[in-house]
Amino acid sequence: MDKIIIENLSLQYSDGIESLRDVSLNIRENAVTVLFGPAGGGKSTLLRCLNRLNDLTEVKAASGRILIDGQNILDPTIDVIALRRKVGMVFARPVVLPLSIRGNLTYGLELAGEKRRSKLDEAVERSLKLAALWEEVKDRLDDPAIALSGGQQQRLCLARSLALQPEIILLDEPTSGLDPISTGKVEAALQELKKEYTIILVPHSVQQAGRTADYAAFFLQGELVEYGEGKSLFTAPKQKRTEDYITGRFG
Amino acid sequence: MRRALLPIDRHIAQRVGFTAITLMAFATVLPIIAVVIYILVQGLPAISLEFLTGFPHDGMRAGGILPAIIGTIYLTIGTAIFSVPLGIAAAIYLSEYASDTPLTRTIRIAIINLAGIPSVVYGLFGLGLFVLFLNFGTSILAASLTLSIMTLPVIISTAEESLRSVPQAFRTVSISLGATGWQTIRRIVLKEALPGILTGVILGLERAAGETAPILFTGAAFFLPRLPHSPFDATMALPYHLFVISTQVPEMPIKIQYGTALVLLVFVLTMNLIATVIRSRARARRQW
Repeated sequence: MDKIIIENLSLQYSDGIESLRDVSLNIRENAVTVLFGPAGGGKSTLLRCLNRLNDLTEVKAASGRILIDGQNILDPTIDVIALRRKVGMVFARPVVLPLSIRGNLTYGLELAGEKRRSKLDEAVERSLKLAALWEEVKDRLDDPAIALSGGQQQRLCLARSLALQPEIILLDEPTSGLDPISTGKVEAALQELKKEYTIILVPHSVQQAGRTADYAAFFLQGELVEYGEGKSLFTAPKQKRTEDYITGRFG
Repeated sequence: MRRALLPIDRHIAQRVGFTAITLMAFATVLPIIAVVIYILVQGLPAISLEFLTGFPHDGMRAGGILPAIIGTIYLTIGTAIFSVPLGIAAAIYLSEYASDTPLTRTIRIAIINLAGIPSVVYGLFGLGLFVLFLNFGTSILAASLTLSIMTLPVIISTAEESLRSVPQAFRTVSISLGATGWQTIRRIVLKEALPGILTGVILGLERAAGETAPILFTGAAFFLPRLPHSPFDATMALPYHLFVISTQVPEMPIKIQYGTALVLLVFVLTMNLIATVIRSRARARRQW
């Protein structure tokens, strides 16, 4: 099933930089879709369109449509807050809010109006288990989140998005600052999560793209060059440019 | 021909430079310490329970300074009531909402320039606007409002600076978790900026507490036999009282002048101390 349908999406920042050019892409439910390519290709911009985080930056012009469950989320009249609860995001650098571990996890839920302690505790435990962090922090949930290690912080950020029970999770180079062991833990968590969620990942390396992708999309300078199943794209790319990038000839 | 410096020469040059800078640093601190010690020595003999809790008598040549102490406290509180909410609101607007347009740039420049206006000009402005035009009379209200306008630039610029120093990533993350802009400001940004804002507020109020010129025409009384009852009463105040007993009263015992100065100094330095404690505590606790 296609969860997200992107139709002819073009986007230009107000400083004149064109970030996405006529991108059309169908993203499938319960799979890991990887957006990869060299820096400046438009991957992060596309991610930030999917939860309308681009609203915070100066976007000069956007055209095309993004349908999530059939609803065009670029429509200015949609409920952006509800969209962001449905589409969670994990950033490249783990940014924990200046709150306790528990506070980070319940932040979004409390804003959504959830006050019942039992529901909040339940969400804390469930999301920490999903992010493979529960065992490490269950006895110190009220400690400041900043005291965690980098790898733990990033899994906390993942858990924080999961606590809102989103349907889609966007990950923008979530392991770029992590050691290989922590990276492995995050990747393993993603393989579990895709059973329930639609996952879109901007990997920090081609190797990670290859390891994690069910589907992969190769972006170059704002253009979607090639899109297909991960296995075939990484073993037998159809486009010369994709092959050159994967084999390390540039980028 | 210039001779290249030998390593040993460089070493000596560094020594000399470092010593010079250290001496200059001491030279700036010394006068401050000297002032404090001098006022302490001269003023301490005047301090007694009667001095702090009594009214002046014998043409202010004897007795206490209670009405001036209370008056300064009233004026400081009055200034805080007007300038703190307004200043913080303006800082939030400038830091979180205003985009960089000619209008907001003009506002910023205006605020910076406001801070440079001589305080006596504020006094005249307060006289014209609050005392006469709005008909508040010479009163605590008019003086507090005048002091507020003088204090606002300090509060706005320090509050804006501490709001801006909160990492942008916190805002992005909060928004991505479904928070509105205002929820983000209230729950994350303001909370993190609060120590810095409080420091600015206290420094601003401290300046207001020590000023004479802005209250000169707007609310300060030469002498009052009783404490003010309402915001529309005039009041005595420490800085103005000090001015009066130093220049307007002949044969004034010098002890009382320095005693008054000491009380004012302690008042202001206490506020300073509170600001420093808040700042250093927040720095120790800061999580980013």
